[in-house]
Amino acid sequence: MRQMFKAAAAAALAAGLGAAAAGSASAQEKMKVGFIYVGPVGDFGYSYQHNQGRLAVEKALGDKVTTTFLENVPEADSERSIEQLARTGHKLIFTTSFGFMDPTVKVAKKYPNVYFEHATGYKREKNLATYSAKFHEGRYVIGQIAGKMTKSNVIGYVASFPIPEVVSGINAFMLGAQSVNPNIKVKIVWANTWFDPGKEADAAKALLDQGADIISQHTDSPAPLQQAEARGKFAFGQASDMIRFAQKATLTSIVDNWNDYYIARVKAALDGSWKSEDTWGGFDANMVNMAPFTNMPDEVKAMATKTTADIKSGALNPFKCPVYGQDGKEIECKGKGALSDEQVLGMAFYVKGIDDQLPK
Amino acid sequence: MRLELVPRGDVSPVARVLSPVAAVAAAILIGGIIVAIMGRSPLQALQVYFVEPLTQGWALQELAIKATPLLIIAVGLSFCFRASLWNIGAEGQFIIGALTGSMVPLALHGSGAGPWVLAAGLVAGALGGLLYALIPALLRVAFGVSEILTSLMLVYVAELTLDYLVRGPWRDPKGFNFPQTVTFDWTLPYIAEGDRLHAGILIAPLVALAAWFVMRRTLFGFGIRVAGESPKAARFAGFSADRMVIAAFCISGACAGLAGIVEVFGQIHQLKPGISPGYGFTAITVAFLGRLHPAGMVFGALVVALTVIGGENAQIVMQLPLDLTRVFQGVLLMCVLAADALVSYRVRVVGGGR
Amino acid sequence: MGVWEAILITVVTAATPLLIAAMGELVVERAGVLNLGIEGMMAVGAACGFAAAILSGSTILGILAAIAAGLVLSGLFALLVLGLATNQVASGLALTILGLGLSGLIGAGFVGTQREAIPPVYIPGLTDLPGGHVLFGENPFVYFSLALAFATLWFLGRSRAGLTLRSIGENHASAHALGLPVLKVRLAAILFGGACAGLAGAYLSLVYTPFWSPGMTAGRGWIALALVVFASWRPLRLLFGAYLFGGATVLQLHAQAASLGIPSQALSAFPYVATIVALVVMSVGRRSATAPGSLGAPFVPDR
Repeated sequence: MRQMFKAAAAAALAAGLGAAAAGSASAQEKMKVGFIYVGPVGDFGYSYQHNQGRLAVEKALGDKVTTTFLENVPEADSERSIEQLARTGHKLIFTTSFGFMDPTVKVAKKYPNVYFEHATGYKREKNLATYSAKFHEGRYVIGQIAGKMTKSNVIGYVASFPIPEVVSGINAFMLGAQSVNPNIKVKIVWANTWFDPGKEADAAKALLDQGADIISQHTDSPAPLQQAEARGKFAFGQASDMIRFAQKATLTSIVDNWNDYYIARVKAALDGSWKSEDTWGGFDANMVNMAPFTNMPDEVKAMATKTTADIKSGALNPFKCPVYGQDGKEIECKGKGALSDEQVLGMAFYVKGIDDQLPK
Repeated sequence: MRLELVPRGDVSPVARVLSPVAAVAAAILIGGIIVAIMGRSPLQALQVYFVEPLTQGWALQELAIKATPLLIIAVGLSFCFRASLWNIGAEGQFIIGALTGSMVPLALHGSGAGPWVLAAGLVAGALGGLLYALIPALLRVAFGVSEILTSLMLVYVAELTLDYLVRGPWRDPKGFNFPQTVTFDWTLPYIAEGDRLHAGILIAPLVALAAWFVMRRTLFGFGIRVAGESPKAARFAGFSADRMVIAAFCISGACAGLAGIVEVFGQIHQLKPGISPGYGFTAITVAFLGRLHPAGMVFGALVVALTVIGGENAQIVMQLPLDLTRVFQGVLLMCVLAADALVSYRVRVVGGGR
Repeated sequence: MGVWEAILITVVTAATPLLIAAMGELVVERAGVLNLGIEGMMAVGAACGFAAAILSGSTILGILAAIAAGLVLSGLFALLVLGLATNQVASGLALTILGLGLSGLIGAGFVGTQREAIPPVYIPGLTDLPGGHVLFGENPFVYFSLALAFATLWFLGRSRAGLTLRSIGENHASAHALGLPVLKVRLAAILFGGACAGLAGAYLSLVYTPFWSPGMTAGRGWIALALVVFASWRPLRLLFGAYLFGGATVLQLHAQAASLGIPSQALSAFPYVATIVALVVMSVGRRSATAPGSLGAPFVPDR
């Protein structure tokens, strides 16, 4: 027994050594691209979609780059992780969550020859670009669908945390819904988590029990969809196309698509055209997609398709002025015919008709 | 078949020191086998996991930074554990300490106040942790409510309190409404410019030293130890059990709170949600890895820090999943515990049961 | 089916995994062993249960695999704390860390896989009673959890084996002197606790939210641990505690949906505060909540 074990261990060691030597030789000329994720790649939500983008880069440019990632990186303790990627020769590093902002800035200053990209933040450096997606465009479309499809005129909204991205999502949803159904009511439950399937399911159940017949969510697991399916109600998927979890209940999903952006930026880093800039893309940049419209009548489908196309072409802005705040007063319009980018990116107010309070 | 443990009469100090080393070796062997089964090179894994972090300057710095909060919390917890009090809420006391300590620089932000803000913040942090730990202690003394439940439940309350404050009243008005406070005017200085090593790491060994002194050289420390080993004897010797409970929790909470504010002043420089990746829970492991002895806990904190940094390295260099690192951490802990037992006892396999 | 009935069903389904895992831990602790590894065993149970159910296509096999996973992990724990008399707190924490890691490795291949939930089983007659849906319109796990509570109550209170287990937990030295098989009984208790935690994990991935994802236990193992303390190591009080906690959780979600204007963080903290307050209220006037005398202490028999 002991002999056999020794032999097996020796064989394993020998095989491993060979593999290691072979691996390091071929990887040398390729550019290294690193990714930092806030969640596990298996969340089938936010981090999963970023990882899909990484895989797309590998697929498209696998002969020129190698990619690595660190998952489940705690935001407050991320500086070391980011620096470790820079230190190990990564030339382009994507940090994919807001909480990585200040650590990324610190590391970027220390490694001027490495390109950094930070998602959803607002601090830039010469070698640090920012990027984000206009998720609220998708929220406007599903708000319209919900406004048309609801019978009870009560929509349930499972939210994560009151950050501008989520708040502007709720507002866009409400504006979309009000555009086709002025009597709509949105009930909001803050799960205070991005990912806890059980709690998300309970939140969805509570909303359904209080009369909601459509569930929208800004948390990452498919649990709320499954609850809607079990009760014979409708719901929308988040981050990835979640229809496989609820075939009858899913109306559509807002899909984050980082593939094109990541490939473009890696290409730019390869050919030397990389610049620090801010990218905020929506339907037009293909950073946000709508999954196929399902389980709805043709006219609703046609409306949703048209709205998507209008937002994409620029004919329609979800936050076109006038926008009224919760107290009914008009919000100052700082953009051209619509709220300015800054107003949307830092949104901390609700629009008229929403019956909830934000932390002050 | 069953195992029979025969206590060894005298255990040489050398064996005591060597046992954790042997345990690490055993864990590396088991980890290597798992890596080999996954079709990867165990030798390369050993290199990136242990050799690199222990031979490179940056990694040694990171070890110290990572070990600092763990050690400070663990030292405090050892007082509770010695007295057989199960404080598993150090995570909450850590957060509350970070929070109360930050009140000082937040209140004085932009006022031009001097570096005494740091000192005041550190004191406020320790005090906040202490007061928060006093809740389970008082509930236990007054109502006989188990500290396991209260200390754990208060962790969640602390997390939500922090969450509320940084999203609401304490939010940076210029931060685009994202959940974080302003960056503090004063933060702990770096030991060398351009490095990440901050002055906070000096606090940890001081705390450990102080704990050693109190535990070994004072009547109070003696009382704690007696209370843990034999409550009756402690009562007989005139130590009030209630006072021991309160004192142990105060020390433990103050340490956790101090660790929290040191982490904020040294590393994070502002408050935001999720300031602790579970330090308060990991520190429980550290405390027992170090057998509740200050020197042992220094070792424990460094070993746990090493698995974190090595594990990150393994993800980057070898694309080994994070979950493998967790498995390895679990195996390592078990090996250390088992090795400790093997030093204290001779194990005999006995055929047949009773 | 009215709103209140629907809400109560939500409470029951939320409390069931806590109840099953905690009932296992209660028996372990009554035998004098503190196992902090519930979270890890639940996680592995969830992953193994889901993986086996997908691969075999059989729910029963999934449940059995989850139980088996719990047994294996708790067996490892028993080897450490009984075989080698290691510190129980540290060993339990190690088990949690190991379990969370293992669950990730096992489940990685099943991300994004969908499975039908186990359908509810209706009991003719009982389900149709007013309010009958709450307790008799449920999936088999709910029935099982209730049966488990009463079986544990009977076992600990009325059976000879239960008496043996309790006396071992109270004072292992004198139990040993009386000739009771301390280690064997503790082994059985630890394995029972492992099986329950594995089963609770299977409930999460096969019933509650039928898919697998990393970290889906989300701290429920820790809550289960706290509930055992809340219950003062008594099965019926545990039943009450689990439903109280589940009820508080669901209640706060309803309070949010009704938009009362209270910060969501305060409402989210409600179940934890309520548990503490309830325990304090129940303890007023009597120093109750005496833990099993030998809880957490390693036992090495002298020959």
